[in-house]
Amino acid sequence: MRVDAIKDKVAIIGMGCTKFGENWNMSVEDMLIDAVYEAYADAGVETKDIEAAWLGSVGSAFTGETLGRPLKLKYKPITRIENACGTGMDALRNACFGVACGLYDIVLVAGVEKLKDSGYGGLPEYFFNPVYGQGFTAPGRWAMIATRYFQTHGIKPEEGKRALAKIAVKNHHNGTFSPKAHFQREITLEQALNAPIIAWPLGLFDCCPTTDGAAAAIICSADIAKSFKDDYVLVKGFGVAMGPSLGKEDIDYKYDHLPETEAAARQAYEAVGIKNPRKEISVAQVHDCFSIAELTEYDALGFCERGRAVQEVEAGTFTLEGELPCNTDGGLKAFGHPLGATGLRMCNELYLQLRGKAGPRQVKNPSLGLAMAQGGHPGMLMPIITILGCRD
Amino acid sequence: MSAIKSTGAYIPYYRLKREEIVRAWGGAQRGEKAVANFDEDSVTMAVEAGRDALHGIDRQTIDGLYFATTTAPYKEKQGASIIASALNLKKEVFTVDFTDSLRAGTNALRAAMDAVKAGSANNVLVVAADCRLGAPGSEFEQVFGDGAAALLIGKEGSIDFVSSYTHTSEIIDQWRLDSQQFIKKWEDRFVVTQGYLANVSEAVGTFMKQQNTSLKDFNKVALYAHDARGHQEVCRMLKLDTKTQMTNPMFDTVGNTGASFALLILVAAVEEANKDDKLLLVSYGDGCDIFTFHVKEKPAMDKERRGVQGYIKAKNYLSNYEKYIRFRKLMEVESGRRRPPYVSSAVVLHRDRRMIYSLNGFECTNCGRAFFPPQRICLYCQAKDQFKEISLAERKGKLFTFSKDELAQSLDPPVIVSIVDLEGNLRFYGQMTDRDPDKIELDMPLDLTFRKIGEAEGYYNYFWKCRPVR
Repeated sequence: MRVDAIKDKVAIIGMGCTKFGENWNMSVEDMLIDAVYEAYADAGVETKDIEAAWLGSVGSAFTGETLGRPLKLKYKPITRIENACGTGMDALRNACFGVACGLYDIVLVAGVEKLKDSGYGGLPEYFFNPVYGQGFTAPGRWAMIATRYFQTHGIKPEEGKRALAKIAVKNHHNGTFSPKAHFQREITLEQALNAPIIAWPLGLFDCCPTTDGAAAAIICSADIAKSFKDDYVLVKGFGVAMGPSLGKEDIDYKYDHLPETEAAARQAYEAVGIKNPRKEISVAQVHDCFSIAELTEYDALGFCERGRAVQEVEAGTFTLEGELPCNTDGGLKAFGHPLGATGLRMCNELYLQLRGKAGPRQVKNPSLGLAMAQGGHPGMLMPIITILGCRD
Repeated sequence: MSAIKSTGAYIPYYRLKREEIVRAWGGAQRGEKAVANFDEDSVTMAVEAGRDALHGIDRQTIDGLYFATTTAPYKEKQGASIIASALNLKKEVFTVDFTDSLRAGTNALRAAMDAVKAGSANNVLVVAADCRLGAPGSEFEQVFGDGAAALLIGKEGSIDFVSSYTHTSEIIDQWRLDSQQFIKKWEDRFVVTQGYLANVSEAVGTFMKQQNTSLKDFNKVALYAHDARGHQEVCRMLKLDTKTQMTNPMFDTVGNTGASFALLILVAAVEEANKDDKLLLVSYGDGCDIFTFHVKEKPAMDKERRGVQGYIKAKNYLSNYEKYIRFRKLMEVESGRRRPPYVSSAVVLHRDRRMIYSLNGFECTNCGRAFFPPQRICLYCQAKDQFKEISLAERKGKLFTFSKDELAQSLDPPVIVSIVDLEGNLRFYGQMTDRDPDKIELDMPLDLTFRKIGEAEGYYNYFWKCRPVR
């Protein structure tokens, strides 16, 4: 295995993203068209230039046709990808392989999810065993790590809850600078702490919303990127680590860290040559489906020592002005979480940040950005990490 | 010869104070009644009573399982087969449902004793359970309680069966049609005088004459009655000494548990019996069944057994009558706009039946570690197809981590999502039941219990949950 096989071989030359939110008047097709055409305009390409496409969607697509039909993308290879909440990012990763091996020059990646047509809050149920593991929700499954993580690391429940609330407050704050975010309003610490409990210790503001949205990217071989754009962004590397889904069954797993995420981070850092992520990464988009996810990911991604995340939150390390700003566009909490689009939305934010185009939420002189979309829940995680960098 | 080898009981965790029912409908009643949790039914309660009776007994030796109830979950499909699976009994076990009569429990007992006596079975487990509904506002609603009893009948045991008597009497005193949810009855005085009192006094009189004995010869009398008043009336009529002879019929603590009631009182009598006691059991329903027993030696209680006394003590109160109405689905209530319940598959339930009903996991024969659910490749050493089945159901555990899921659909939110580390170094992942959400703590002791998970696809989906040790 050559860990750096695709480093600097693929460039992102255009990206697009719809408004995330309750898009009552937009279909899957509408959102895909808007995101893709925005990316086309950004890259200066048209449908006829696209040689192949990858579509990520958890439950809003049926084959690659869901992308081909609205775009009238005729007789081209289109692959539909599904990998839970990492779907959009895995679509990008697979598209990069197609470009890096030299088969294609210009390809389209799109991610979409339409959650608000269902008539129900929350996520759809997927069929596993009819009785084993039944009756739980995503917040319930994530809250289980909070309980034990606090205990193991000597954090009083009220201290832990306060750190979680601070993450929600930070992400809502960042969302106020993102016109396309689902929510664009501040919340107070008291609001977050006193919100109705969804799954103890997670309250309403510890949970991301269910959101409609789409995002898209045009990528090309790094050799030709300059002909499209001066400030293209380079793909540095990926890390993916499917858990064998055993934590709930493996008595050796102690619910105090995220082993899959740690493994994915090791892969990504090795691929890019990162030795000290805290110092070398300028900006990060992490998977805050729940505030406890973001908290434990700080540990797992090596942004701090294991068990130190609460202190780092209190120190303001991950705020816009902090040492390592995280979820600069508001994250899943404020920007929203249309499953298949989320990974690409994160990359879009890095793409803007690395090019100095993030407006009022711009961080200072970033060089490397990390995005991590994470499917599943503790004990059964499927994290996907993408590291992007400025061109030399 | 046949004898009682072991007894077991089950009384659900929840009690409803009768003053709560009075608050809703008026009237005057005292005490409390036992109420099955929303995830319990006659089958799950029978499983619990069966487990209680089988502590310390090799389940491979059980060759008959008789289930008695008037509230079988299925009209077509056996309850006993579900119970046998959950109890991990051998495949060759003879399973029968005894139904449709308040006497079903003692009918099953008689059949079990006959089978053992005739030599067609060595050990028959009789389990009886009921979860009957009285119409809201009725006297039945006040009187009925939920509960189960179990008796293991074999050739030898500490309590010998001595004699029995039965008579049948056709009468429309109380009944329930297939299409009815609630028990109906004829005018009260007719039910009591022409039904209950007339039958019991006639049967007891005939039996005493046949056996050339008298009621005074019995140290303990387990006597079925519809309610406390009937019990007092028949004691007065038969001149039974309520202070010394009668086993407490638990009207104030449990209520009338239907087809399991006579057996539950018998189990209570056995628990307090002494060497050389003579026991009398009288049940009623479309006639009378009478049994007498001789206590050869004081029955030894396995330390894991809770019995009637243990279960009566370990309880919690339903906070209000409305919650009872919700548990029994007597009113349509808002459940939040959520997706319809999950799908089920009879194919998966069948394929995984040893995991789902019997709660069997695997132990890797290569590295020796155990895990659940069963998986062909070992979690720890990745050996392929090298395992033996192990049973989890009777293992105790500790709560490793949890959450209180308010979003999950349940008749009694929050769902306590639980990771349980069990004896034998393996983990169980599931819901917690019979719990107080304010008293959930890391490392609290838990055991496992057989429950209804849901009713997807129009049938009952049973599985195991964890619960705080009672």
